[in-house]
Amino acid sequence: MLDDDDRAMLHGQAGPQVALAMRIVSGLARASGARRLLDISAAHIDGCLYNGQASLDFAKRLAGARVRVPTTLNVSSLDLLHPDLIRSDPETQGRARQLMDAYTAIGARPTWTCAPYQELTRPAFGDHIAWAESSAIVFANSVLGARTGRYGDFIDAAAAITGRAPAAGLHLDENRRTGIIFDVSSLSTGLKRRDAFFAVLGLVVGARSGGLVPAIVGVETATEDQLKILGAAAASAGSVGLFHMVGITPEAPTASQLTACTLPQIMVTTDLLSAARQRISADAGAGHLGSVHLGTPHYSANQLDHLLDTLGGRAVRLSLYVSTGRDVLKTWGRDDELAALGVTIVTDTCTYVTSITPIDSGMAMTDSAKWAYYAPGNIGLQAVFGSVEECVESAVTGHLVKRDDQWT
Amino acid sequence: MDVTFLVAGSGSGPTLVLDEPLSFWGGVDPASGMIIDRAHPQAGSTITGHIMVMPAGRGSSSSSSVLAECIRAGTGPAGIVLGEADPILALGALVAAELYPDRICPVAVADDYEAATMAGTIDLVPPAG
Repeated sequence: MLDDDDRAMLHGQAGPQVALAMRIVSGLARASGARRLLDISAAHIDGCLYNGQASLDFAKRLAGARVRVPTTLNVSSLDLLHPDLIRSDPETQGRARQLMDAYTAIGARPTWTCAPYQELTRPAFGDHIAWAESSAIVFANSVLGARTGRYGDFIDAAAAITGRAPAAGLHLDENRRTGIIFDVSSLSTGLKRRDAFFAVLGLVVGARSGGLVPAIVGVETATEDQLKILGAAAASAGSVGLFHMVGITPEAPTASQLTACTLPQIMVTTDLLSAARQRISADAGAGHLGSVHLGTPHYSANQLDHLLDTLGGRAVRLSLYVSTGRDVLKTWGRDDELAALGVTIVTDTCTYVTSITPIDSGMAMTDSAKWAYYAPGNIGLQAVFGSVEECVESAVTGHLVKRDDQWT
Repeated sequence: MDVTFLVAGSGSGPTLVLDEPLSFWGGVDPASGMIIDRAHPQAGSTITGHIMVMPAGRGSSSSSSVLAECIRAGTGPAGIVLGEADPILALGALVAAELYPDRICPVAVADDYEAATMAGTIDLVPPAG
């Protein structure tokens, strides 16, 4: 399974840290049935989010090693640009900072974003990479046509340090073929233009794909942000690491190729979307709305522009948080305009993994299916899902605004 | 018990048979070792010291570090016997074995999963050599 270089690493010729990393890579290869390892050209590490002492103990064991490939870092548990936002206790913050420092010390870039494909790095079509963070994984595989397994804690850093990953899963052609079809052609074009449609479609696709690769037919156009939104939702509601969208994504089969196969097929109806939407959304009458959360995954410059346009110069009455990458924010450069309207900008972390919003502030509204899926368990806030327009109207008026007629 | 080890080691104890796959991230509290996923049939059970018998892993890849944290904190299982291989749980146990060598949590796939669910207690013995 291992070549000469791999064995040299395993036997400690590049140091004990590299040997540890190779034991982890080859251990995963064994557990996933890989027959060999392959070279990767980039890595994205999500082990920099503080998940308990074990995550810090592991990162400290890597000290002295260097990443072998360009490596970006996922969100952390702190916002280094806006430190006053973080409400966790000083001891936890100290350990979170040590964890971040441990990863930058091995040569990973302090990017602190779940969307490294925005402003930072774009793997090419066909590149083998080792990315962690489920929404980034599905974007890289589906939208860029790069190839990454569904990696996570520990293996992300081990792959970065060795430059190797198991030849298994979505690295291999045979595991990238369509296994199930979702047909949205019966839905109205107006509905299919909305960002929120892509979020809810993602929930349906995620929940019903099982371990199969889904292909979506019947979408005429989709922006990159909409594909990002769909993928993040699908990876939250299920284990989707790759989807195809006929006529849109680079590896998608053609409609006639799909017709030639006998694959399971799901006709997506407005009823199906409505049920999925209700499942992630708390009962809107259950309490008063206290905060609004945008930017999961991290907003792009286009989404930030759209937020400013939708606000139209109106100040917010409720706390409105928008999470984005520090590099996107720097390029975008209009953060003063958002701040002037009372919007709170969050970088380096995300409001669903870090203690930022007071727990007694009431219900939370979000335009992110992923946020709605995880926030109740992670930070104890009940979430109401809505479009970005509904979220902005709610934040500006101070009470929940829903327009259910948008879903036909 | 005939098994294929994903992470080799010794471990024995009463079984905790899970009727459905479990995500450790969001599903197990490392401080108490208790299953906290309220939607899971074995919610409220404690994994500590048991051989967990479960059909498969599930969910987030952050389950690796939650399992490792359970093992570190001493609230982890004595071992895990699966119906099918799960790279995420194997990774968590593998890294914990590297970091805390006195607290090995073997992970194995049962040759006969049905038999594992009926066993009552399981004694995992690493392969010779």
